[in-house]
Amino acid sequence: MTTVDVPAELVRVPAEVKRERILGVVYLILAAIVAFFFAMGSEGDATFRLGEAGQDIDLTFSAAGFSWVVSAIFAFLAVIHLTRGIGRKSNLVLSIALVLFAFAFLAWAAAGSSFSLLGMLRTTVSAATPIAFGALSGVLCERVAVINIGIEGMLLTGAFMSALVGTVTNPWVGLLAATLSGGVLALGLAVLAIRYRVDQIIAGVVINIFALGLTSFLSSQILVENPDRFNRPGVLQAFRIPLLADIPVIGPILFNQNIFVYALWISVALTAYGLFRTRWGLRARAVGEHPKAADTLGVNVYRMRYLNVLLGGLVAGFGGAYFTLGSVGAFNENMTAGRGFIGLAAMIFGRWHPVGALAAALVFGFADSLQVRLGILDVGIPSDFLLMAPYLVTIIVVAGVVGRARPPAADGQPYVKE
Amino acid sequence: MSGGQLSTTLCSERHVRRHPLRLELRGITKRFPGVVANDGVDLTIESGEILGLLGENGAGKTTLMNILYGLYSADEGQVLIDGEEVHFEGPGDAIAAGIGMVHQHFMLVPVFTVTENVVLGNEPTGALGRIDMQEARREVREISSRYGLEVDPDAVIEDLPVGIQQRVEIIKVLFREAEIIVFDEPTAVLTPQEVEEFFEIVRGLKEAGKGIVFITHKLGEMLEIADRICVLRRGKVVGEAIPGEVTPGELAEMMVGRPVELVVEKSPADPGDPVLEVSDLVVTDARNHRAVDGVSFTVRAGEIVGIAGVQGNGQTELVEAITGLVIPLAGHITLNGRDITRATPRERHRLGMSHVPEDRQNDGLVLDFDLTENLVLDSYYQEPYSRGIVMDWDAARDHAEELIRQYDVRTPSVDVLASHLSGGNQQKLIVAREFARDTALIVASQPTRGVDVGSIEYIHRRIVEERDEGSAVLIVSSELDEILALSDRILVMYRGRIVAETTPAETTPAELGLYMAGQVA
Repeated sequence: MTTVDVPAELVRVPAEVKRERILGVVYLILAAIVAFFFAMGSEGDATFRLGEAGQDIDLTFSAAGFSWVVSAIFAFLAVIHLTRGIGRKSNLVLSIALVLFAFAFLAWAAAGSSFSLLGMLRTTVSAATPIAFGALSGVLCERVAVINIGIEGMLLTGAFMSALVGTVTNPWVGLLAATLSGGVLALGLAVLAIRYRVDQIIAGVVINIFALGLTSFLSSQILVENPDRFNRPGVLQAFRIPLLADIPVIGPILFNQNIFVYALWISVALTAYGLFRTRWGLRARAVGEHPKAADTLGVNVYRMRYLNVLLGGLVAGFGGAYFTLGSVGAFNENMTAGRGFIGLAAMIFGRWHPVGALAAALVFGFADSLQVRLGILDVGIPSDFLLMAPYLVTIIVVAGVVGRARPPAADGQPYVKE
Repeated sequence: MSGGQLSTTLCSERHVRRHPLRLELRGITKRFPGVVANDGVDLTIESGEILGLLGENGAGKTTLMNILYGLYSADEGQVLIDGEEVHFEGPGDAIAAGIGMVHQHFMLVPVFTVTENVVLGNEPTGALGRIDMQEARREVREISSRYGLEVDPDAVIEDLPVGIQQRVEIIKVLFREAEIIVFDEPTAVLTPQEVEEFFEIVRGLKEAGKGIVFITHKLGEMLEIADRICVLRRGKVVGEAIPGEVTPGELAEMMVGRPVELVVEKSPADPGDPVLEVSDLVVTDARNHRAVDGVSFTVRAGEIVGIAGVQGNGQTELVEAITGLVIPLAGHITLNGRDITRATPRERHRLGMSHVPEDRQNDGLVLDFDLTENLVLDSYYQEPYSRGIVMDWDAARDHAEELIRQYDVRTPSVDVLASHLSGGNQQKLIVAREFARDTALIVASQPTRGVDVGSIEYIHRRIVEERDEGSAVLIVSSELDEILALSDRILVMYRGRIVAETTPAETTPAELGLYMAGQVA
């Protein structure tokens, strides 16, 4: 370059370059934290248990040594970001780095003792499940350019309906009711957004407020008054998939779970295949990118949008049932606690791809289960702060580090047929 | 899905040639609120001929074709294919009937591959709706080799130049077995060389027995390519002509409804002192590419310098840097000897710079403001339009009425919104605002894009008058005719650099075209 004679801030710096710099600084800070707090603050060996009860697979290593290695890796990544840049794979690298950071943290917390890593990873998967369903719902809707902020409300309604209907009839009917209730809310969103071209953000917020208000009211009026009749649906227990669950470490994590987790694996695979290999997917993506082009080729833009938003609602409603039937076995007011919004963040972090969204949801699920484990390990951090972990990770990921993920070009824009 | 059925029949009958079509429009009338876009239009198109549809912007050409393509429905009249009346509910029906359309703004999904764009809506599918990409690719290859439309089936659209994108549009139409193909302003985005290639393709399609409707407002192209010309004015067919039997002047008169000067009359320039000096300018675009890469030139008082080039070769960024919308990475810009490299747009205005921006609807006007408001956008903060913090709307209104009269903006009053004016009148409105103050330098980007012939004539005359009054004028245009008609000196931009300097007298459109394509002779 010739003489640079203008203040740097006035020159256009493309987002990618800026982001590489930000990430470089982030890695530097992480390296420093790991070195000063975890490496210098740990003594003795940490033991991570990776076996199920009765199995004896232990991982014992020097906590300080591990942290030094992690710190060195971060420093190395910082240098690459600040000089050459990593480019397209940086989100993947970041996910791995966040996990490494968490492990260094765990090693520090567990130094001199041991804890069950296997248990934590199993919790990660189950905590990630509702987030992933939310993210998948978002992918389905936004791929046809309808922004679905109402996922939170759909999850919550699903949770409520599964508790109520599940108790009155049986859990399986409850699951069906939850799925359908998500679909009904999604139809509401679709009519508002597609037919009446209401601002999609506002329509979504309306759905959230409606769902929160209605479920809270009904909960306090019906469920709380008579929990045995209305709020004891029971839990759909985990079951082992034969053979697959016997694989060491991975088996118990992935294949000794409840129906929600298995449904998630299948939904993600189906959605990924559908979106990128089938006629439905090609048309859906075309409608999200350039609806008019699709229209001029005889693709019915409105029908594709209704169909996908409805599918997204069904997925979110199903995922909502996890909170009751897949977890605590009863409905509590606002029990989704923002998981739908975290799901949206996971969708963005996963770049509107079902598999990416699942991976991102696992990162958030990890933060969630970390928080639970640390409470048990009693590391001296107030539990209120620990509870913030998943939200904190969301903010960090969404603010700046996600980078220029490109949403579908027509995202959020109503289509007006001339 | 209805598309599913269509795709299977198309696939199985792909190589069965349809019989020639005869398409007839009878008494087509289409009204929009306040306008009659088409008023009893009769038209026939047959296989193996090229019908030119000529008319100004707003004459109703595109509306007519959208009716033909099923995007609009006509209020009155009939569409007949081989004598039988048809009703199109949507583009799907028109496609099925053998009508294809290449839109002015390409209907391609930028992030899809060529093949995905071609098959969208008529996908060859296997079990479970899986798209058979092998088959799709094979068909794209076959069509491209049969009609000489070379293109890589796996290329992503956004990486392709517009000329190739247009081929993809044509392949799309052929893939759907169209017998009648409508091209809406197909040459607007092409270089002169690409236009030649495109004409070859169109002639090839005609040889293959396709019927072609060619919509344009460019007279020269019409006379070169069409077998028959049909002229529309204000929604009505006002005449038919055969190329070779009419002159451009006669066609223009039919189009506009009065005699038009096709060539601007201007005396030789009498350049004075340098007004705008640009030296070693480097401007980066949003992706940090060097869109302008070391450009230097001077514009003197009393001369018009035209910058020719295919869109996207750095002209936009150059103008943004000169007008202060972006700060260059390196280099200097001076106006009458003052360094304005880092000056704000308002400072530049005050030093006598006027700017007619490329995108008049987004950058030149506030469409939801009325004409009075739009006409004081540059001076509202000064006396007499404001005193302290209070606006004097009466003064602004008087000013607006004066300008409207002076610059011949056709409008019922100054109180209508800018969005209600036609393209030509919107452009005149901007010209009025920008030329009315004391100007030292006028920077005009694509000053007549999408503007009707009558308004072009007027705007060109105004630009020459400003030059004669001593302003320096910088014109950026991708229309070679405009560059040749107006400029005293011509600079050609290619990939961010100035690759040639010449004058209209010393050059030809063909030579300029070579420079614009980077093939420096």
